[in-house]
Amino acid sequence: MTVELGHFALVLALLVAIVQGTVPLRGAARGSEPLMAVGRTAALAQFLLVLLAFLSLMNAYVQSDFSVLNVAQNSHSAKPLLYKIAGTWGNHEGSMLLWVLILALFGAALALFGSGLPQALKARALGVQAWVGVGFYLFILLTSNPFARLDPPPLDGQGLNPLLQDPGLAFHPPFLYLGYVGFSMAYAFAVAALIGGRVDPGWARWVRPWTLAAWIFLTIGIVLGSWWAYYELGWGGWWYWDPVENASLIPWLAGTALLHSAIVVEKRDALKGWTVFLALVTFGFSLLGTFLVRSGVLTSVHAFAQDPARGVFILLLLLLFAGGGFALFAWRGPRLAGGGLFRPISREGSLLFNNLVLSVAAATVLLGTLYPLLLESMGGGKVSVGPPFFNRIFVPLMLPLIAAMAIGPMLAWKRGDLGQAMKRLMVAAGAALAATAAVSAILGSIEPAGVLGLALAAWLLTGTLAELAQRIRLFAVPLAESLRRLKGVPLGAWGMTLAHAGFALMIAGMTGSQVWRQEATLVMHPGTAVAFAGFEVGFDGVASVPGPNYIAERGRFTIRDGKRVVAQLEPEKRRYPVEGRETTEAAIRTTAWGDLYLAVGDARDDGARVVRLYFNPLMLWLWFGAAVMVAGGGLSVLDRRLRLGAPKRVRTGAVPAAARS
Amino acid sequence: MLRRLPYLLPLIVLAGLAGYFWSGLGRDPNTLPSVLIDQPLPELALPPIAGRERGLVTADLKGQVSLLNIFGSWCVACQAEHPFLMQLKAEGRVPIHGINWRERDADAGPAWLKRLGDPYTLIGADPDSRAAIALGVTGAPETFIIDAAGVIRYKHIGPITKDIWEKKLWPIVERLRRG
Repeated sequence: MTVELGHFALVLALLVAIVQGTVPLRGAARGSEPLMAVGRTAALAQFLLVLLAFLSLMNAYVQSDFSVLNVAQNSHSAKPLLYKIAGTWGNHEGSMLLWVLILALFGAALALFGSGLPQALKARALGVQAWVGVGFYLFILLTSNPFARLDPPPLDGQGLNPLLQDPGLAFHPPFLYLGYVGFSMAYAFAVAALIGGRVDPGWARWVRPWTLAAWIFLTIGIVLGSWWAYYELGWGGWWYWDPVENASLIPWLAGTALLHSAIVVEKRDALKGWTVFLALVTFGFSLLGTFLVRSGVLTSVHAFAQDPARGVFILLLLLLFAGGGFALFAWRGPRLAGGGLFRPISREGSLLFNNLVLSVAAATVLLGTLYPLLLESMGGGKVSVGPPFFNRIFVPLMLPLIAAMAIGPMLAWKRGDLGQAMKRLMVAAGAALAATAAVSAILGSIEPAGVLGLALAAWLLTGTLAELAQRIRLFAVPLAESLRRLKGVPLGAWGMTLAHAGFALMIAGMTGSQVWRQEATLVMHPGTAVAFAGFEVGFDGVASVPGPNYIAERGRFTIRDGKRVVAQLEPEKRRYPVEGRETTEAAIRTTAWGDLYLAVGDARDDGARVVRLYFNPLMLWLWFGAAVMVAGGGLSVLDRRLRLGAPKRVRTGAVPAAARS
Repeated sequence: MLRRLPYLLPLIVLAGLAGYFWSGLGRDPNTLPSVLIDQPLPELALPPIAGRERGLVTADLKGQVSLLNIFGSWCVACQAEHPFLMQLKAEGRVPIHGINWRERDADAGPAWLKRLGDPYTLIGADPDSRAAIALGVTGAPETFIIDAAGVIRYKHIGPITKDIWEKKLWPIVERLRRG
């Protein structure tokens, strides 16, 4: 399979997308069923064509075909197979190809599994989705062709950035893109609804699983990236407020808000305009993320390609899609009359509060990311907006949200009783106080930030569990009855419980690792030991170990707790001769209480080494909490109610999606 | 109309942002105009890093065209740039001075240079970013071209590569030398 075939398939995919972007929309406007049905076929064909294009490039990587420019620039024959495959998307052109592959995948999924949808909505959504595709196909074909040949071919490739040769990072971009691109579904549905002039609970029910899926993928992608930064960069931190990290956090915040506001549309037929706006803006932020990473507008550590031509193109796409969506919103939005009224203290009210905070948070991160450039372009000189800004603004913003997160699910729809809810949350308040007391007692001192963080984590975790207990009427009815009720709890409710509980665990992890972190940078001679974070860290020596495409200097450390040896840690420093670069591989001993983290540095003339030691308390809770949160999202997607969408009779196309609950 | 305003707002905000991005794109990120171009180098008096006698004082940079490079042992891109600086030093084409920026630990910079080699004629330590703020540094690495009169003539953001050096920086150095 040659790359020319892939190139050809991609051009064909563009043509198919143009058909998919016109015929079904026309069909929906005319009410013509055969025209609308074209969307389904076209979406499937488009996916197969892009898949072919992607596989042909991947094949070139696996075969190490260095006559392909992209492969020659980013791969090397001595690279392990996993990274040859991952190399396909470890560069600008290939990653954009992955972007459209995922876009087509979502389109095909909608075509295959969206049979419960009203036909006009589906046809319009597929049409909108196709236009997004057209934009990106043109982008790839005109500015970033991954299939270009190189003549004469070099003997070997230039290799992949060794920092990227890591399992965590091999899968980080695909997940991130699954998230970014997944939000295109929410966007397509929002635009389709605006064209059709109808947003109702049925619509929200169809949008939610797609948004949830995208949200899950984006969460996994962000966490993988963060985890990678944690163990690979060798600085013991897991979040750096780097512009590219922020670019993924902004759509995540907006997407999280969207998930919650869609619930209000589904259950109460309210907040419609706002939800549609969030759907538009979330995808807009995803495009913005792509733009920031690809264009070099912001100089960042991991900006791939800094090519103004590409930047202009993505900016145009961003303007076209976000601008088009917003224009339609300005025109049609006022017709989306709200339905159910509600009091401020109610389930809707709490979800609105959630939306408000998340939106402000997203705007804050956006502002912090763009501010340095904004100021510069106004001639105000240069500033650097770093972690202090975000920690000072973002963290306090999150506090009321976390406090309210436990209360919201306890409130009734329309009109809630705050007093009643607080009474039920006495347990949670008790847990928060207990956590405060326990932390203060164990540490013998009060660290306000740390105590507050852990108290909030305990509050949220207990409050979330209390809501579940309330649901199954634990202790109010006999235990057997409660267990029976437990079986009846819908998956969506389980999803909420898990996601909120997971977030509580993450807060504990974030607090622990930020507030009580210990670190030391030392020069150690082989055979010596130091006391650190309650351990005795003994440095045994360094050995050279060859790897597949690198040479590692592996340090050996013996960790003792008192006299007992608790771990042997072997941090590495790897040198990649082909790329001429070095990476650190930290060694981490993970326990529930915290991570002992070692990174070995450079040798001095006398054989001593620079050693960086960190102790990150409760680090595991962060990763575990994230996994729990993702699992919660997964359960929600599986909820029958969402999967079924709507009764089959909608298929006839004559019955518009009516409010069902 | 008032009822429509909230629905129009996203479009208006987007238009504003777009204009801003547009102005950002027109410029190559590596040649962001610095307010300091063609201004004399700010008065710096930086202490030496561990293991060196001399620090970096603005007056020392006068008399010949030189490069002033902002680096740090924590900066991955600096490490990428470093072999090329070593090559420049070996070729002896232009003196390179360094500002060792934002080291958390006073030994980290010297250790880094010891391992990778030291291309710098003079180095000033700037752990608390005083010089970096005075110079309007956005990140490391960043390199200024200073002329013989001690005036900043060019600022390059990001690592210097062979290509950038030959196409951009070296011609400027040559031009300044000719006067």
